[in-house]
Amino acid sequence: MANPEQSIPVVAAENLRKCYGSFVAVNDISFNVGRGELFGILGPNGAGKTSTIRMIYGFSPLSGGSLTVFGKNVTTDWRSIRARLGVCHQDNNLDTEMSVRQNLEVFGTFFGIPAPVARKRATDLLEFFGLAHREKARVGELSGGLMRRLVLARALINEPELLILDEPTTGLDPQSRQQLWEQLARLKKRGVTILLTTHYMEEAAQLCDRLIIIDRGRILVEGRPRDLVGEYVGNQVIESSPVCEGLREFVKARKLDHEDLGHRLLIYCKNDEALYREITGQYCQDNCILRMGTLEDVFLKLTGRELRE
Amino acid sequence: MNPASFSLTWRCLRVWKRDWLVNRQSWHISFLVPLLEPILYVAAFGVGFRALIPELQYRGETVSYVMFMAPALIATSIMYNAFFENTYSSFVRMYYQKTYDAIMATPLSVEEIITGEILWGATKSLLAATVMLVVLSLFGLIRYPDSLGILPLAFLGGLCFGSIGMAFTGVVKNIDMFNLPIFLLLTPMFLFSGTFFPIDTLPGWAQAVAWTLPLTHLVALARVMTFGVLTWQDALISGGYLLALTAVCFPLALMAMRRRLIK
Repeated sequence: MANPEQSIPVVAAENLRKCYGSFVAVNDISFNVGRGELFGILGPNGAGKTSTIRMIYGFSPLSGGSLTVFGKNVTTDWRSIRARLGVCHQDNNLDTEMSVRQNLEVFGTFFGIPAPVARKRATDLLEFFGLAHREKARVGELSGGLMRRLVLARALINEPELLILDEPTTGLDPQSRQQLWEQLARLKKRGVTILLTTHYMEEAAQLCDRLIIIDRGRILVEGRPRDLVGEYVGNQVIESSPVCEGLREFVKARKLDHEDLGHRLLIYCKNDEALYREITGQYCQDNCILRMGTLEDVFLKLTGRELRE
Repeated sequence: MNPASFSLTWRCLRVWKRDWLVNRQSWHISFLVPLLEPILYVAAFGVGFRALIPELQYRGETVSYVMFMAPALIATSIMYNAFFENTYSSFVRMYYQKTYDAIMATPLSVEEIITGEILWGATKSLLAATVMLVVLSLFGLIRYPDSLGILPLAFLGGLCFGSIGMAFTGVVKNIDMFNLPIFLLLTPMFLFSGTFFPIDTLPGWAQAVAWTLPLTHLVALARVMTFGVLTWQDALISGGYLLALTAVCFPLALMAMRRRLIK
């Protein structure tokens, strides 16, 4: 039997708009998130990522466009939508006056989950996130990595169908970050739809099935991470730093797809080792490397390199 | 919250329950103040003041100064408990801990969160009043059963002062700004609401001003409940005043917090 909800996108945004006074934070963006997908929203600081997800969980009123979650209208059905959502905020907004376990159980009561059920789920979540040995600890005693895990665990207390993560790994050490990624992958396997914002390109490339890059409130591109790399920067990048003599002229003469950053020159190419040999042979013996193209290259190429905010 | 419209249901009790749970862990600290405060005041005014003011007339009754002051002590404690809870404590939860942000991702509206907080503030007033009643009873300063009326009065007073506090929480820029309403409103009320001396001793214009203050009505009601006779006039004027002020300040608090939290 086909479940009718199966075919409806979990999130469907159409010409979504958010203004703060005269400032347009989200400027008519449209995207869909399918069931079971891990979808990324990437963008520099102030691009409109957080504004977008705040509208999705019914925190911010829309300024324009339409937005449905589970096929329901966020403005009118916010309560039933939120019952099926888990949100992991950018800040560790845990209840510092309570213990690790209480944070989970009390959050369960906000969803109207009966105490015995919440207790059982808290036990499972503490186990899943490796927090069981710290269940009686005060939140203030936890390290940054443990706090992050607790925030994520708390977002799962209502067994959400959609998990929203706003920059979940900001400020974490590499170990904690890897571990969190692993946990997200496990959740995805269980069928949880995940919406993630981040400005760590490695994170997005590893985790996301599909993503959008937004800047100044607009969508610049949408696609699978690998496709985007292939399409916008090629699979390979020749990087010269400091820029070798004569290389600039060579690149211009050959009309190669490149970016000149002053002290660094990036040449985007598609599996062209001959080009690399030519360049290293003629211009640069040192100071020149051939590497894989990355999502970070795509991101910087599309959003520019100047500092934000 | 529905970003667009107002929504208030019984779910606010879930927030109240959270506050109750947190408070239960440090109940001994919250009980210490209402336990010791009346003892200190009774000691200071009962022993120290007795020589200066042996007794005084209040509504035709002759009472000792300590007896006169005891109900006012409860009334000011009702005021301070709810006001502090819904200013400093609520502000910390909102601004520093971002507890409200977290709860706003669950099926609770801003109105329900704030209402739960105000109900909790009133509960703290009620708890403090209860402890103080017990302590003051030990000094023989409380008359039963009339004084039991102080319990519902404490809850109403708590709602009133909690709503006023929460309205400030909705507009202050930082936590230090709470000094302003405390210095300009609460401290004058603490001194001039018939707490330490009968209002009749003030000049006419000052009496008129005093009767516009909510604490004056709270003190008046607490006083007639402890040793006077509660008349219909008291209930109607002072009770009505507190109810009306709550009915105005509670929605004001909700509106201020909506404006602050919904972006």
